[in-house]
Amino acid sequence: MRSVWALAAMAALSVLTASTAAPAGEPKQGGILRMYHRDSPANASILEGATYSINVPFMGVFNNLLIYDQHIAQNSPDTLRPDLAESWSWSSDNKKLTFKLRQGVKWHDGKPFTSADVKCSFDLLMGKSQQKLRQNPRKAWYSEVNEVTTNGEFEVSFDLKRPQPSLLAMLASGYTPVYPCHVSPADMRTHPIGTGPFKFVEFKANESIKLTRNPDYWKKGRPYLDGIEYTIITNRSTAILAFVAGKFDMTFPTHITIPLLKDIKAQAPNATCVVEPTNVSTNIIVNSTSAPFDNIDIRRAMALALDRKAFIDILFEGQGDIGGTMLPPPQGIWGMPKEKLATIPGYGPDVNANREEARKLMQKAGYGPDKHLAVKVSTRNLAEYRDPAVILIDQLKSIYIDGELDVVETANWFPKVARKDYMLGLNLTGNSVDDPDQSFYENYSCGSERNYTNYCNKEIEKLFDLQSQETDLAKRRPLVWDIDKKLQEDVARPIIFHARAGTCWHPYVKGVTIMSNSSYNGFRYEDVWLDK
Amino acid sequence: MFAYLVRRLFLMLVTLFGISIVIFFLLRIVPGNIVDILFAAAGYVDPADKAELEKQLGIDQPLVMQYLHWIGGFLRGDFGYSYVSEKPALQEILPRIPITARLAGLALLFSASIGIPLGVISAVKQGTRLDYALRIVSLSGLSLPSFWLGLLILTAAVAMFGQIPIFNPNPKTWLEAFATYAVPAAAVGFRSAALTMRITRSSMLEVLRQDYIRTARAKGASEAAVNYHHALKNAILPVITVIGIEAAFLIGGLIVTETVFNIPGVARFLVEAIRWRDYPIVQNLVMFIAVVVVFANFTVDMLYAVFDPRIRYTD
Repeated sequence: MRSVWALAAMAALSVLTASTAAPAGEPKQGGILRMYHRDSPANASILEGATYSINVPFMGVFNNLLIYDQHIAQNSPDTLRPDLAESWSWSSDNKKLTFKLRQGVKWHDGKPFTSADVKCSFDLLMGKSQQKLRQNPRKAWYSEVNEVTTNGEFEVSFDLKRPQPSLLAMLASGYTPVYPCHVSPADMRTHPIGTGPFKFVEFKANESIKLTRNPDYWKKGRPYLDGIEYTIITNRSTAILAFVAGKFDMTFPTHITIPLLKDIKAQAPNATCVVEPTNVSTNIIVNSTSAPFDNIDIRRAMALALDRKAFIDILFEGQGDIGGTMLPPPQGIWGMPKEKLATIPGYGPDVNANREEARKLMQKAGYGPDKHLAVKVSTRNLAEYRDPAVILIDQLKSIYIDGELDVVETANWFPKVARKDYMLGLNLTGNSVDDPDQSFYENYSCGSERNYTNYCNKEIEKLFDLQSQETDLAKRRPLVWDIDKKLQEDVARPIIFHARAGTCWHPYVKGVTIMSNSSYNGFRYEDVWLDK
Repeated sequence: MFAYLVRRLFLMLVTLFGISIVIFFLLRIVPGNIVDILFAAAGYVDPADKAELEKQLGIDQPLVMQYLHWIGGFLRGDFGYSYVSEKPALQEILPRIPITARLAGLALLFSASIGIPLGVISAVKQGTRLDYALRIVSLSGLSLPSFWLGLLILTAAVAMFGQIPIFNPNPKTWLEAFATYAVPAAAVGFRSAALTMRITRSSMLEVLRQDYIRTARAKGASEAAVNYHHALKNAILPVITVIGIEAAFLIGGLIVTETVFNIPGVARFLVEAIRWRDYPIVQNLVMFIAVVVVFANFTVDMLYAVFDPRIRYTD
């Protein structure tokens, strides 16, 4: 009987690991793609958002200057494609990036797209325009950009303080659409106007989001779909049952947990399901500004106590990834190779040996079997935070640390972290592009708003800049690995695991590609079609 | 009767004023506001941007000023703008009210039309197998949480019919439209029907032992006339009270039912608004619900007076 189950599991796994739907016949025009949305986004403005709840439904409304190839699962410098820019070039000193823009493109309200719109968008992002975004979570991405200048109606240049090849990656992110100059940021929150394949129709909070085909889309013959309708269903059980019943053509991307995938495959055996890394790491934030974690020995002991495989086995039935800050290969393009990862304390396969070493460090710090260290482990009141926090508390017991779970409502989580009102925290960090600049500067740079632990190492900072300016990928990668290794050794923000999640669609949905190293960049849907 | 009406009206206004204060300040006691949540969602806090946004939304003002601003607007019919959608609060709330009203109405109808007759039958057939069976049904109704029952119905519908009876905004036939509301109404009304049934049964049993019932029987009145004309008419008062209270409590059941059946009504909307600390929506919506509940109680009081003349003469 066990072998039958094992065979069934292997068969299911083989279906699940395929990253895209099998190629079908000629694409057909027409039909509405029906999908559920996991929650009601705050608004429709991608530039102001920091959740893929906004990117998924609204990415199709816009175009970027360039975009990651929507048919290739792995985002990399080789998969960058022109979008509103027809081409781009670097100056000889790599400090000026010039884009030749597409002509004849129109905004959804009929006004022509020009270089002024590009300048407006990036002035808005850099905080240089009179109009302001209500929130600007990615302002830091453009810290190396001096200014954006136009040269005629169809050419635009980014003048940089120093070479930064990663700028292209950030410009290609789903988070970087070009906005129209003539529409205010406030209007973009409620009724976005773009140049993309789909026009915004309506957004009813907690109900639905509707997009319709843009008949004047500059890419002839696209999109194939007549529209996309998202029904907002916050209850995951209801949403999945509705998908199984055929009410929806596709689940919300990367919304299906590994245990739930089995239910879907059992109830809708024909559904195509894909499991990919989300490039969201689960990590520990440590308040090293006060006792007891101002002691590096205790921080190191804590990192040594982690049994990462146990986390993945319990939470994801073994389908997760162990790595450093950067998403591990093969999906991640910057993650450390296994051999290098294994040299970092705590990443070795012998958990008992690691913990023995951790206990010695704890004893050196004055703790032991008779004197345990009591800590509060703070985390957000969301299942994906709470569940690993509970496992963390259990694992810390093995090194004389008694953890108490401190569940914090979402509204209070970041204010609490910013006040340094925590000892240990369990946190999730999403990376919108698989790129070292985005990850290192955002999470580990001195003074960064998202550097929750205030980790600041001037030597590492120099290495950040060094790798950031390196234009040769082969030379840059080892630099990134060294930095990542050093960050883990410094216990800057110990990474526990990188999560994976599933997406399912019915077999008649064609042309869907789920990105394998980002959850933010693959929702243009202009090539998706329905074989009905 | 007029003095009774005036007294009840005055009490109603005082209650509503008290409720407005409770709603406003309870909401402020809950940690965090919309700005905290927006920045939490963005994963960073910029103190300058945060202060600017709080100023724009007026939540940097002293609480008393905020209360006066809100209640003044409410009385003038100016309900402000949703912090989240930036649309007028009334525009957000109004379309959702008929949806929840239909659902609540159907649930109450289900409760009364199932609960009262079964309660009467159970009382009249006291001690029989039928009575025991009905009591088991009513006990199960009180024991099953409506969200669980709702999920069970959805799962069964998908497994047995391959269909899911969740909300359909554009029903093609009247049957589809009816099903859109009837299934969730049954899920939420089941508990209420069970309660109504038990109250009806116990109330009927008490009345059926009264002297005037024996007199009616002695005078040769038929069983139907005794049960429905003499007994039920007198036993119905506590049942009306319970249905009135249930109407008020129904909103709690509707929150989970609307979530499970994905119905875009006010109950689910309210929960989302609380999650976002969308004060204009929460305050106005809860105040509106309070007005409905207070009016429902007022109506029950009036019905009492109609059914029992002693109340209007002595109160």
